[in-house]
Amino acid sequence: MDGLTLASPSAERRTYSPWRETWRRYRRHKLAVVGAFLLLALVAAVVLGPFLWRVAIDDIDFAATLQGPSLAHPFGTDDLGQDLLARMIYGGRISLAVGLAAMMVSVIVGTLIGALAGMSRGALGHALMWLTDLFLSLPQLPLLLLLIYLFRDGLKAVFGPEGGIFILVVLVIGGLRWMPVARLVRAQFLSLREKEFVEAARALGASQARQVIRHILPNALGPVIIAGTIDVAAAIIAESTLSFLGLGFPPDTPTWGRLLYDAKDYLDIAAHWALFPGGAIFIAVVSINFVGDGLRDALDARKVI
Amino acid sequence: MAPLLEIKGLKTHFATDDGIVRAVDGVDITIDKGETLGVVGESGCGKTVTAMSILKLIAMPPGRIVEGQIMFEGRDLVPLASREMDEVRAKQIGFIFQEPMTSLNPVLSIGEQIAESLRRHEGLSRNDALDRTVEMLKLVQIPNAGGRVHDYPHQFSGGMRQRVMIAIALACKPKLVIADEPTTALDVTIQAQILDLLQDMKERFGMAVMLITHAMGVVAETAQRVVVMYAGKVVEEAGVDSLFEDPRHPYTQGLIRSIPRIDLNGGQKIRLEAIGGSVPILINPPPGCRFAPRCRHAMSVCTVNEPVLREVAPGHRMACHLGATP
Repeated sequence: MDGLTLASPSAERRTYSPWRETWRRYRRHKLAVVGAFLLLALVAAVVLGPFLWRVAIDDIDFAATLQGPSLAHPFGTDDLGQDLLARMIYGGRISLAVGLAAMMVSVIVGTLIGALAGMSRGALGHALMWLTDLFLSLPQLPLLLLLIYLFRDGLKAVFGPEGGIFILVVLVIGGLRWMPVARLVRAQFLSLREKEFVEAARALGASQARQVIRHILPNALGPVIIAGTIDVAAAIIAESTLSFLGLGFPPDTPTWGRLLYDAKDYLDIAAHWALFPGGAIFIAVVSINFVGDGLRDALDARKVI
Repeated sequence: MAPLLEIKGLKTHFATDDGIVRAVDGVDITIDKGETLGVVGESGCGKTVTAMSILKLIAMPPGRIVEGQIMFEGRDLVPLASREMDEVRAKQIGFIFQEPMTSLNPVLSIGEQIAESLRRHEGLSRNDALDRTVEMLKLVQIPNAGGRVHDYPHQFSGGMRQRVMIAIALACKPKLVIADEPTTALDVTIQAQILDLLQDMKERFGMAVMLITHAMGVVAETAQRVVVMYAGKVVEEAGVDSLFEDPRHPYTQGLIRSIPRIDLNGGQKIRLEAIGGSVPILINPPPGCRFAPRCRHAMSVCTVNEPVLREVAPGHRMACHLGATP
């Protein structure tokens, strides 16, 4: 215990807020700090990268195909002599955006359904949990493929090839990952709604919506945030899987998964082509999981560290 | 003068797997303006359920107000929709809970929690509500109120939290405050402070208090009138002096005998008496008086006929066959 024990006299009045306490606890989780740093570095690289590395992603140069890392091409080139660093920066934006957007979809849908199921004392709750179980028991990959085949062309026509696929991929991945969040939120709600402070809020004339939004939801949010970080990682991997199967973004859009897919035929002669996007996915997923770990410890107020 | 609150024949039952629990089974209670009414009885006598029924805080289902009226200022609260009930809660009737440790939301600052009902019921702006909140914290004697208003519940001790709970309950200046065992979770010195505070607040705002407790001593100090409940029914009702000097119902007599006293027997050591047995389970209670199995004066009539409340002295009513003219 450093300086926070009761006996330590504090000269100035310190204001403790839960967020500050959370940050203090988070800092004690070394891997989580490293993870947050790596994740920020990745985000900074894909956001600022195009301004610093001004090579076009579709600059074809047959004189320099399948080259390993060099000063001119730090991450090497692919079979058309395109610069892999530029392509990875571009693709990273999509991969990370898909991960975050799909996480938002699954967290929002899952929280809504879990909250409704958790607050309902009647048939609605049972029906929603039945729906959740139904979705959990669906075979995911065939369903993903089916949905993408069904809706790809329609969405492409409306939102353009990249926008349409982005929306489709996000909805499909997020739409198949909300179930664990819903179960988590429902369980939290079932226990929180019986807590005395919720009853006290009711005694003060708080409407049910207000009880949920102001009193129950903020107390249920900790586990949801952690489930969310795990979902980001899972969504990045799912997008890579789809792209790897050739079902995600169009071939000329270099998401990290698509790069892996294109590289698979050259693994023996140009391993760097697969290693860099693979490494980027690995770092993103691992660092997000570490951040989730750290948040889980930091947001549990009962845990004294 | 019409009473502030008049409960008539209230029955609140709970449906369980084992049968219907008749937690409150025909209770009549009146509270006048500005009066402190003590409601006493062992745990499981229906005191809290009665209080929760007034604000309709009973979980429905399994709970249900089966019959009866709860007249507050001439208006029956039982048929009100939950939206109308929200207007009564906090603004007309405040509620202080038993457990100060868990009745505050851990993720909101106490200022936000006090201001919540002020903004909700009085439509105050954020700044006005903050001013009123600080004022309330000063009234309940939280030191450095202006500085502590942004603190969180875990930074307060149990007694301080109960003060905050009182501030929340009184923020909208309700006409009636229901305090459900407000001091049970606190140690004895803090108990006295909280009771003093409650008394002080009552005088300042001129409100009525319904004080639910199982401590006879607390009642003797604070209440003007006392209702004794047993197994979901009122067994005796009297002014506080009359009740302690001349308890009529065997259950009340037992409760009073179980208080340790230093002013009797000239300091001689005497054994405290306890009431044998415990409160019956209220599923299908047997006919007759519910206290009969534990009563030292039980007669044959007690297991057949249920005694009704009758006046035994001015303002003193009780439900027992003892001394009744057959």
